[in-house]
Amino acid sequence: MKTNWNRITLIAAACAVCVGVFATSANATDWGPYQVDDRRSGYTYMTDESRAMQVDSFQNPGMIWVEQGADLWNETNGKAGKSCASCHGDATESMKGVAARYPVYDEKAKKLQNVETRINTCLEKNMQAEPYKWESKEMLSMTTFINNQSLGMPVDVKIDGAAAEWYEKGKAFYYERRGQLDMACKHCHEDNAGGIIRANTLSQGQANGFPTYRLKWQKVGSLHRRFRGCNKQVRSAPFGNGSDEYLALELYVKWRGRGLPVETPAVRN
Amino acid sequence: MPSLKTLIPAIAASVLLAGTATAGDLVSYKVVDYGIPSSLTGKAGDAAAGEKTFVNRKLGNCLACHQVTKLSAHPFHGEIGPSLDGVAERYEEPQLRLQVVNAKEINPDTIMPAFYRTEGLHRVLKNFKGKPVLTAEQVEDVVAYLKTLK
Ligand code: HEC
Ligand code: HEC
Ligand code: HEC
Repeated sequence: MKTNWNRITLIAAACAVCVGVFATSANATDWGPYQVDDRRSGYTYMTDESRAMQVDSFQNPGMIWVEQGADLWNETNGKAGKSCASCHGDATESMKGVAARYPVYDEKAKKLQNVETRINTCLEKNMQAEPYKWESKEMLSMTTFINNQSLGMPVDVKIDGAAAEWYEKGKAFYYERRGQLDMACKHCHEDNAGGIIRANTLSQGQANGFPTYRLKWQKVGSLHRRFRGCNKQVRSAPFGNGSDEYLALELYVKWRGRGLPVETPAVRN
Repeated sequence: MPSLKTLIPAIAASVLLAGTATAGDLVSYKVVDYGIPSSLTGKAGDAAAGEKTFVNRKLGNCLACHQVTKLSAHPFHGEIGPSLDGVAERYEEPQLRLQVVNAKEINPDTIMPAFYRTEGLHRVLKNFKGKPVLTAEQVEDVVAYLKTLK
C-alpha cells in the first residue's frame, strides 16, 4: 500500500537493467498450467502440502471416489438391465473431455446440462433407473470418476448460441450483491483474491477442480454445494442443487477459468 | 471509489449529503458530511460491550477483515480491510458511526457489510430477514470501542 511510486520511477528511469529485475521479482512464481493470463486455479492459493497431496494420485484422498465411480460405471442398474459401459464403453475414451466442455446447452432438454444432470438423464431415460441424489455417494463417485477422465485438459466451455442467455444470467448472478451481509461473488473472488479473510486465503473461486476433496469436510463435494456454502456465509438463501440459477452460474464461473486445467479431484482446504 | 480518508477534504469543504431515513423498525438517522452526527440511541455507547460485539463472530466479526494490535490475543485477523489501530485519530465519531451503519454511503463498491440496514437487500436467509446485523445499541457500543483505538 505504501509504495513510493516516485522513487520507483526514478530508479527505473536511472537504470534500465533494474526494470528487468523488478519485473521478474514481482512475478516470482511460475504456476505453469495452473495460471493462464490473470486467471489462477485455486491450486495456486493452497499450501505446498495440499498441492503435493493433489498431484500424487497415491496420496490424493479424492481418488477413492474415482475408484468407486469406476466400479459403478460397470454395474447394471435399472429396468433396462444396462450399465453405463453398455453404451459408453471405455470411459477413459468416451468421457475424456466432458468435464472440460460442460455445462452445455442440450437441444432435447432445452436447457443447460452439467455432468450431474446429464448422468441423471441417462439413468432415467436410458437405463430406467432411479436418478442419483445430488450429494450422494453415487453421484459424487460418478462425477469424480467422469471429470477425472479430463485431468489436465484446458477448460473450454461454449457461451455462444443457445448458451449465451445462460452465460448472461450467470454473470449477472456473480455481480449481484445478496444476503444480510450484502456481498456479491466478485467482492471476495475478484476484488480480494489473495487476501486473507479470517484464517482463509481467498482464491479466485474457480470451478476447474470439482468435485474437490475438502480437507475440512474429509470428503469430496460438488460445485453446487460450494455455491450454497458461499451463499450461506453471506447469510443469503441458497438455491437448490441443479437449479437453473446454479447451472447458469456454473457456466459463467467455468468460463472465468477458461484455459485452466481440469484438476478433479482437486485438494482444497 | 472514495475511501473514508479521501473524503475528509470534501467534508472540510462542507459537502452536504441529503439525510437518509431508514424505514421499518430501525431508528432513522441523518447523514451529514459523510457522517451521522447523533447517536442512534440518544446516548453514548459502552466501549467494553463494544469490544465484545467487535470480536464476536456472530455479531461484528470485524476481525474477519481488520487487524487491531490490542486484540492480538484473538487469533486470525483478516487483511481485507485496513488496520484499525489509531482509527480514532483519523476520524471523528460521526464518520465512524456511518462507516459501521452503512459503509456503502462512503464507498458504494465496498465489501464491508452495512451493520445497520434492512432495506434493499436481496435473498436474505429467513432467520436474518428484516433484521440488521447489529442493533442500534450494539452499533453505539462498537463506535464507543472504535473511539478507544488511539
Ligand atoms: C442406453 C444407452 C446409454 C446408457 C446405458 C447410458 N448412456 Fe449416457 N448417453 C447415452 C446417449 C445416447 C448420450 C447422448 C450422446 C449425445 O448427446 O451425443 C449419452 C450421453 C452421456 C453423457 C454426455 C457425454 C457428452 O459427450 O456430452 C454422459 C456424461 C453420460 N451419458 C453418462 C452416462 C452414465 C454415467 C451412465 C451410467 C449411469 C450412462 N451415461 C448410461 C446413452 C446411454
Ligand atoms: C465472503 C466471501 C465470499 C463470497 C462473497 C463468496 N465466496 Fe466463494 N469462497 C470463499 C472462501 C473463503 C472460499 C474458500 C477459499 C477459496 O478458495 O477462496 C471460497 C471458495 C469458492 C470456490 C472453490 C474454489 C476452489 O478452487 O475450489 C468456488 C467455486 C467459489 N467460492 C465460488 C463462489 C461464487 C460463485 C460466489 C458467489 C455466489 C462466491 N464464491 C461468493 C468466500 C466467498
Ligand atoms: C468483509 C470485510 C469487512 C468486515 C467484516 C468489516 N470491514 Fe470495516 N472495512 C473493510 C474495508 C475493505 C474497508 C476499507 C474502506 C472500504 O472499502 O469501505 C473498511 C474500512 C473500515 C473503517 C475505516 C478505516 C480506515 O482507516 O479508513 C472502519 C472504521 C471500519 N472498517 C470498521 C469496521 C468495524 C467496526 C467492523 C465490524 C463491525 C468492520 N469494519 C467489519 C472491510 C470490512
